[in-house]
Amino acid sequence: MRTIDVAEVTGIIKEMCIEANHFLAEDMDEAMKNAADVEKSPLGKQILCQLQDNLKIAGEDMIPICQDTGMAVIFVEIGQDVHFTGGILEDAVNEGVRAGYVEGYLRKSVVKDPIIRENTKDNTPAVIHYEIVPGDQVKITVAPKGFGSENMSRVFMLKPADGIEGVKNAILTAVQDAGPNACPPMVIGVGIGGTFEKCALMAKKALTRPVDEHSAIPYVKELEEEMLERINKTGIGPGGLGGTVTALAVNINTYPTHIAGLPVGINICCHVNRHAVRVI
Amino acid sequence: MEQRIQAPMSAEDTRKLRAGDYVYITGTIYTARDAAHKRLYEALEKGEALPLDMTNNVIYYMGPSPAREGRPIGSAGPTTASRMDKYTPALLDLGLLGMIGKGKRSAAVKEAIVRNGAVYFAAVGGAGALLSKSIRASEVIAYDDLGTEAIRRLEVENFPVIVVIDSEGTDLYEAVINQADL
Repeated sequence: MRTIDVAEVTGIIKEMCIEANHFLAEDMDEAMKNAADVEKSPLGKQILCQLQDNLKIAGEDMIPICQDTGMAVIFVEIGQDVHFTGGILEDAVNEGVRAGYVEGYLRKSVVKDPIIRENTKDNTPAVIHYEIVPGDQVKITVAPKGFGSENMSRVFMLKPADGIEGVKNAILTAVQDAGPNACPPMVIGVGIGGTFEKCALMAKKALTRPVDEHSAIPYVKELEEEMLERINKTGIGPGGLGGTVTALAVNINTYPTHIAGLPVGINICCHVNRHAVRVI
Repeated sequence: MEQRIQAPMSAEDTRKLRAGDYVYITGTIYTARDAAHKRLYEALEKGEALPLDMTNNVIYYMGPSPAREGRPIGSAGPTTASRMDKYTPALLDLGLLGMIGKGKRSAAVKEAIVRNGAVYFAAVGGAGALLSKSIRASEVIAYDDLGTEAIRRLEVENFPVIVVIDSEGTDLYEAVINQADL
């Protein structure tokens, strides 16, 4: 049994909220550079070069990459041999978010109630997903999610007879409906299988996978490649103003499902696909 | 085509702009997003005066991140315009001439744009750090309690935007999709 003080979790989450909002992870940074090189539309290229300038200014002057510094989505993978002390884990996570957003000059974008809509003024609470895994470590992923793209995300409860063609159509439909609203070039997270909520959660988690890594399942890898190619032929382009780079990656996760169903979750992310990862 | 215009604008200015033009705006513009639009609309419904005269003005759909000490504003990029669609035709009919945001607009907004000779610009979404460099000053002028969603008066210099819907109703987003080889 390994003991971890929850104060350590608070400190790390505070740092990661600030880091993720000012610096893209290496995989995304590389993908954005590459996008600017390969875009064929002159206006598209100009926009991607502006986004390069934007990333540079964000890091040098410590201005958030995007003013929508997101709702803090946090994945906590807890080794089953870990014992937390010093307080309640959930409170510690939210305290880290509060400190990161208040002290890091990040925007407070969370309202306390979806209908009454009063701002909580510290960007809490976070949306936290816990997972119990083997071992004695804790892996924390902080993925602040902007809502321009979140609003364009979808769940399709397809029929088994719809098959892989149905999945392809669902992905294309979601991307085409999103168009300029989702701040392309986008990253598309997809969850196929499971249940209604499982496919959505898989789609969210797929966005945290490095964009230069493919699924280990051969047909899924092929599907990722085919969908990226087809999305980049829609013409939507950077900023939705036309071009050949509409998406940077399609990341797909799968899970067993019921004999009667084929759930597909599609979580769309903008080019500010933020994910910071640390292991305690 | 590249153009430079002053804000507030005039109807003559907007009629010169075509979908696809790259435009640098200098002058005074105002921010308003979801919550501010809802309040403006409710004030109109009740027949109350608005805190801002719409005539010839430009509204930027934007809620900034907090400014660090010594800076006018934090990150300041556009938010999705379609959430304002419900409220926009009424503001255009009051004389609003320009909107800056990102993303598609409704048919009702397009009709109101044409009816009033207005224009809808896109700023590059997710470029809030870069765009903040074209904002020289920022002051909350109404609805301070809304925090980031308050109405701010911004002084901008060569603020870069692209005409998406011009005063004749041509929509750049639709044009690029129609040209694509699907």
